[in-house]
Amino acid sequence: MLPETIARRSFLRAGGLSLGSMAFSQLLARDGRAAAAVPRLPFAPKAKRVIWLYMAGGMSHIDTFDNKPKLAQMSGQPMPESVTKGKQIAQLQGAKLNCLGPQHPFKKWGQSGQEISVIWPKLAEACADRMCIVRSLSTEAINHDPAHTFMNTGSMIPGRPAMGSWLLYGLGSESDNLPGFIVLVSTGKFGQRQPIAARQWHSGFLPGQHQGVELRGTGDPVLYVRNPAGVDMSAQRQVVDAVGDLNRLRDRAVDDPEISTRLSQYELAFRMQTSVPGLMDLSDEPKSMLDLYGTRGGDGSFGSNCLLARRLAERGVRFIQLYHRDWDHHGAVKDHVAGTAGEVDQGAAALVTDLARRGMLDDTLVVFGSEFGRTPMAQGSGRDHHLAGFTMWFAGGGMRPGFSFGATDEFGYNAVENKVSVHDVHATMLHQLGIDHERFTYRFQGLDMRLTGVEPSRVVKEILA
Amino acid sequence: MLSFLLALAPAVAPNPAEAGRIQFNRDIRPILSDKCFFCHGPDKAQRKADLRLDTREGLLGRSGEPGTVVSEKPAESELFQRIISTDASKRMPPPKAGKDLTESEKATIRKWIEQGAHYEGHWSFQPVAKSGSNDAGAIDTLIGAELVRRGLAPVSEADRRTLLRRLSFDLTGLPPTPQEVDAFINDKDPGAYARQVERLLASPRHGERLAMWWLDLVRYADSVGYHGDQPVSVHPFRQYVVESFNANVPFDRFTREQLAGDLIADGGDRGKIASGYNRLGMMSAEGGVQPKEYLAKYIAERVRNVSGVWMGVTLGCAECHDHKYDPFTAKDFYRMQAFFADINEKGLYGGGKDWGPSIAVPMASQREELAKVDAEIAKLRAVSTKADPMMESAQLAAREAWRILEPRKVASTGGAKLVVRGNGQVVASGKNPATDTHEIEIVAPPGGLAAIRLEVIPADGLPARGPGRAANGNFVLTEIVARKAGDPKAEPLSFSSARATFEQKGALVGNPWGLWTARAAIDKDAKGRNWGWAVMEEAGQANAAEFTLASSVPEGTALRISLEQNHPNAGHTLGSYRLMGSSKPADPLLRPLADDATAILAKVPASRTAEEKAKLLAAIRRDINEGAGTGAELKKLEKRGAEILAGAPTTLVTERVMPRTVRILHRGNWMDDKGEIVTPGIPEVLGGFKARGATPDRLDLANWLVSSENPLTARVTANRIWKMFFGAGLSRSLDDLGSQGDWPSHPALLDHLASRLVESGWDLRALIRGIVMSDAYRRSSVAPRPVRESDPYNRYLARQSRYRVDAEMVRDNALAVSGLLVEQMGGPSVFPFQPPGYWAYLNFPTREWRNDDGSSRYRRGLYVHWQRQYLHPSLAAFDAPSREECTAERSRSNTPLQSLVLLNDPIHVEAARELARHALEAKPNDAARLAWIFRQALQRVPSPDEAKVLAALIDNQRKHFKGLPADAAALVSVGGFKPVPGAETIELAAWTGVARAMLNLHETITRD
Repeated sequence: MLPETIARRSFLRAGGLSLGSMAFSQLLARDGRAAAAVPRLPFAPKAKRVIWLYMAGGMSHIDTFDNKPKLAQMSGQPMPESVTKGKQIAQLQGAKLNCLGPQHPFKKWGQSGQEISVIWPKLAEACADRMCIVRSLSTEAINHDPAHTFMNTGSMIPGRPAMGSWLLYGLGSESDNLPGFIVLVSTGKFGQRQPIAARQWHSGFLPGQHQGVELRGTGDPVLYVRNPAGVDMSAQRQVVDAVGDLNRLRDRAVDDPEISTRLSQYELAFRMQTSVPGLMDLSDEPKSMLDLYGTRGGDGSFGSNCLLARRLAERGVRFIQLYHRDWDHHGAVKDHVAGTAGEVDQGAAALVTDLARRGMLDDTLVVFGSEFGRTPMAQGSGRDHHLAGFTMWFAGGGMRPGFSFGATDEFGYNAVENKVSVHDVHATMLHQLGIDHERFTYRFQGLDMRLTGVEPSRVVKEILA
Repeated sequence: MLSFLLALAPAVAPNPAEAGRIQFNRDIRPILSDKCFFCHGPDKAQRKADLRLDTREGLLGRSGEPGTVVSEKPAESELFQRIISTDASKRMPPPKAGKDLTESEKATIRKWIEQGAHYEGHWSFQPVAKSGSNDAGAIDTLIGAELVRRGLAPVSEADRRTLLRRLSFDLTGLPPTPQEVDAFINDKDPGAYARQVERLLASPRHGERLAMWWLDLVRYADSVGYHGDQPVSVHPFRQYVVESFNANVPFDRFTREQLAGDLIADGGDRGKIASGYNRLGMMSAEGGVQPKEYLAKYIAERVRNVSGVWMGVTLGCAECHDHKYDPFTAKDFYRMQAFFADINEKGLYGGGKDWGPSIAVPMASQREELAKVDAEIAKLRAVSTKADPMMESAQLAAREAWRILEPRKVASTGGAKLVVRGNGQVVASGKNPATDTHEIEIVAPPGGLAAIRLEVIPADGLPARGPGRAANGNFVLTEIVARKAGDPKAEPLSFSSARATFEQKGALVGNPWGLWTARAAIDKDAKGRNWGWAVMEEAGQANAAEFTLASSVPEGTALRISLEQNHPNAGHTLGSYRLMGSSKPADPLLRPLADDATAILAKVPASRTAEEKAKLLAAIRRDINEGAGTGAELKKLEKRGAEILAGAPTTLVTERVMPRTVRILHRGNWMDDKGEIVTPGIPEVLGGFKARGATPDRLDLANWLVSSENPLTARVTANRIWKMFFGAGLSRSLDDLGSQGDWPSHPALLDHLASRLVESGWDLRALIRGIVMSDAYRRSSVAPRPVRESDPYNRYLARQSRYRVDAEMVRDNALAVSGLLVEQMGGPSVFPFQPPGYWAYLNFPTREWRNDDGSSRYRRGLYVHWQRQYLHPSLAAFDAPSREECTAERSRSNTPLQSLVLLNDPIHVEAARELARHALEAKPNDAARLAWIFRQALQRVPSPDEAKVLAALIDNQRKHFKGLPADAAALVSVGGFKPVPGAETIELAAWTGVARAMLNLHETITRD
């Protein structure tokens, strides 16, 4: 093999040529510097990474985290027209609008007395005092696809980068052998399994290396990560080494920094081929840990993905997003919301608890929420999509623990108190990662694009610890 | 590390403040746009202190009113004083905006003011400068001058192998064969290079190469994009694009066909297929979608796309607010929308199978079969023109029963001018009111009046020849009322039935009748006054509606007939028609005859001449034969033709319907119904606009885009074509030539190319030929360090650029060099291997990719099924876009996922196996085989060092597989190959390893 230093030298020499290359932001990050593009806030960031538990399909806030006694009283009666008049409605267009109260009792939990439905026994018991619950979210899209796109990219128009890509672009990766933005998806058995587009973790107009990579529950965990049939790691190594040597020879001849980048990408790819199987192999986890998460692993369940999320966080992955696509409860919401919560409860509780025990919750921002909420009005025995009010909660990463913020009206319809927009959530998350959202931009179509768009948005300081 | 960061600042741009004359557009506007326009630009909602810095008046003042800049006097110019102020409360931009000007920027502004502060309108909105010369050397002259100015020496021409490899990738998307390279190297004729250019331009692969570029722009995909991302058939559009490029269809025609192929007089099926452009945007079948919201999304995307593809501006930014940097208003955005308001579409495509208007596009075999059927039908028809006296006399009698009702008085309540011509024809002209009622006084004919017939007649001078006065020739008769004349209080007479020879089926949103039926015109507006009789699909043709009175009116009674035209879509009024009456309820329902036949009918039969009688008979015979069909045989043939068509692939097309009302939506809110109604128009700042008729339509828009009045399209297109051959545009921002876009490195060259493009009749091939024939194109991409350091981004083209080829070409290259490539054109998209489960999160319905097992899995990347939400991962890894929106520039990343694709994707492994197999067949020993594989992949011979690396690899691979025969068999079996057990398989596996290395090289996927 040729000396590794050739690659390094030629890259540094001509670094300015290679702004778009992964090695640029990575090298800077590895050298303890931020990429020039990132407007850092003048203090140490509270969070280094994000784990986003994304309840896809639209979790009913009313049956989970937003108790509405008045709505319970009026269950079955018409929703006052003053609440719904002129509002955007999805499948309930033209239908009779009757109240449907919370389907399960709420209790106060922990020392903080956070009010949470009993369908979250483990989470509420173990984590109520760690959670920062925001009950005054609203969004701009009422259908799944654009609402997901808005939640992830800050715009309903496809083609913008997902938040994880923004972070990777700005902060680089801390992992030497895994992509910095990883997505895992689990599917439950109660709601309609709404589709999820790869757009939700796409890098949009940012360079492609900032794209989220899906870690799959079945088949190859990363696409094409498995060697061709009949090729073991030693045979693969021979090929990769020859590719490296020939690329270096070419670099000597034409002196092109892209070749050095290519060299390092082959090395990273090769390392992924061994690190990914190691990541997925849970045999080094004690039984108590598997019990905590309620999984034996390898089944693609939410609990299994939560355990993988912790392992990814340990390995320096910057942005980890877990979709659980089971929350679209147009019918039988009473049974289904309890069922889906049951699929999520233990894993989410275990993840927060486990991170806290390891001291990782301090610099890991855990986010929990949906693309929108569900109507306080019945749709048969279920609920329809709802954009005017819903709930998200946060834990760790410098968020205020055991705290509730904002409120919807007494019907759970409109966010009315301390309203928080999706852009506000993005601004706040970036803030916790040490980034000024107003100045964190990327030039596209002649414009300085921002995750938080052109309309004013704010860091919700009230929910910070 | 410090020196590394300093190197980021491009060293090449001479500081304009030191380098002679400042040009406002080149030097000043980018600074103002970046730092000032956000608050002092075109967006009136954001504008602070009522100050604009994007206009001459804002900067230099109006007459008698000083501006913020005083010519030649920086000290008196508030603009300059503000930017250099050290007082934080005075300094501009405000320190908290984080947009401070650099010292060099301040110096540039000072110098500009000192030099007289000359203002220029934004460069790309100015007329294209006429090309100074038609001379083939113009490109090199202009580039050469800039190189001299910057003290850069051009490098020499690339060697012939590199040159042909570059030219082949650029023109066809495929590498040359080693034989083609040899032929070129050995061709000592001075015209050798030009001959290669012509050979490649003439290759069918050239159209495929250009199609890759174009399909990104017009967001071609095989699935709908939103929610369930269901499949949709539009591949004939892709083929239209490939064929158009191969036929070098002029770009202006190409533009017209896509935007308005359905409106071009002789557009035919080709025009219809092309008009699918308007239907390529994303669509949704998600239950719970509010159609109005999605109609707003679809039409807004069309504005983004058309402004992106042809104008290279970001008009989409003006959806919610005036543009912050360019002089586009929200009104401009919605006026552009209005061009697309006539497209027949739905907000919600429930069911997810029917995606609106489409046509069948038979494949070649089906076309042949259809031609046979058509020939037989024609034969039968020829026989069937024989006379049928019984039917003829019956029809004549029916027609004789209708008498023309000569209007005694005509009046328009809305103020249109109504004139009565011969044969009772009423023609409207002058003002076309939004709504109108025509009051016609007639007298009941002999025998009394039992039924009234309204014949609507096409006429010259009406939009689309009428018979209505709406832009598309349509009208809506919302109600017909008959009452005794002279008594305004008279009760309206009742009608018992209504029918028409044709009733419009399109544009039905909200129509409670489910049809634009004549019955809606006698319902006393029971279902609302908006609905009535209309004929959109048969605009330009004559039709008739017949209204039967509940009881007959005695002969001689004067009646006032009110023809109400109250449709809320303004101007859907009657343009040309006549009223007829019958004394008995009519039967059968007959279409109007031509005017001359009607005139003959109006005569008393006894007074008709023999010639007139023959003419009348011919007209009636024609009507019978067209209407009746001819017997079971003909019906059977027609049915068979329909079956063939039903089995043919379909493609979405644009179908024109009554335009929807378009309003300015406040802040883009689709629920807002209060905004101003707008009509189609181009952005005001871009000047005048000539439409063919009263209401501009998509064809007018297309005509304007390719007219000399529009400076943008030619510049945008030339810039993007340039990028294809140098890796970057002359203006780097391919998607924005607005004020935030990049000032071109060679403005005069860009204008030369743009004006040549227009002057040549939009001949794209000539433009491409001119570029690839230039010296600049032919230069080597290897340049000495000083050249690279003084121009790191290669803006001044002392050398060629080197970059990784596009996603489709990565695939095509592996297939081509291994001999697997199947060069078949057209047809439905193909499904090469994709990892199982990749579509797991698609739903409604859930589906699994089914790998093709035939030869189609070896077709070019261009033809791979384009699933918007889950694009084939090997294409996505190399930055192929999802095509959810217009993509003018793909990012060009370099990632570990790309390495994994090249190393492990079975198609690349199979290509390696084939390359190895051919090498084993072609050459007798290791050294020759290594060299052969190397030449296949790179069209050059390996250097001794390179040969050494490969020789070591074959030894190692051989040793490895010798101990693992099962592994060897497994490796070479990729793609269904049946290996022979034994030494042969081990050898093939080892060589497959070598070929894999070759296909993974950076150089293999690089065009340099």
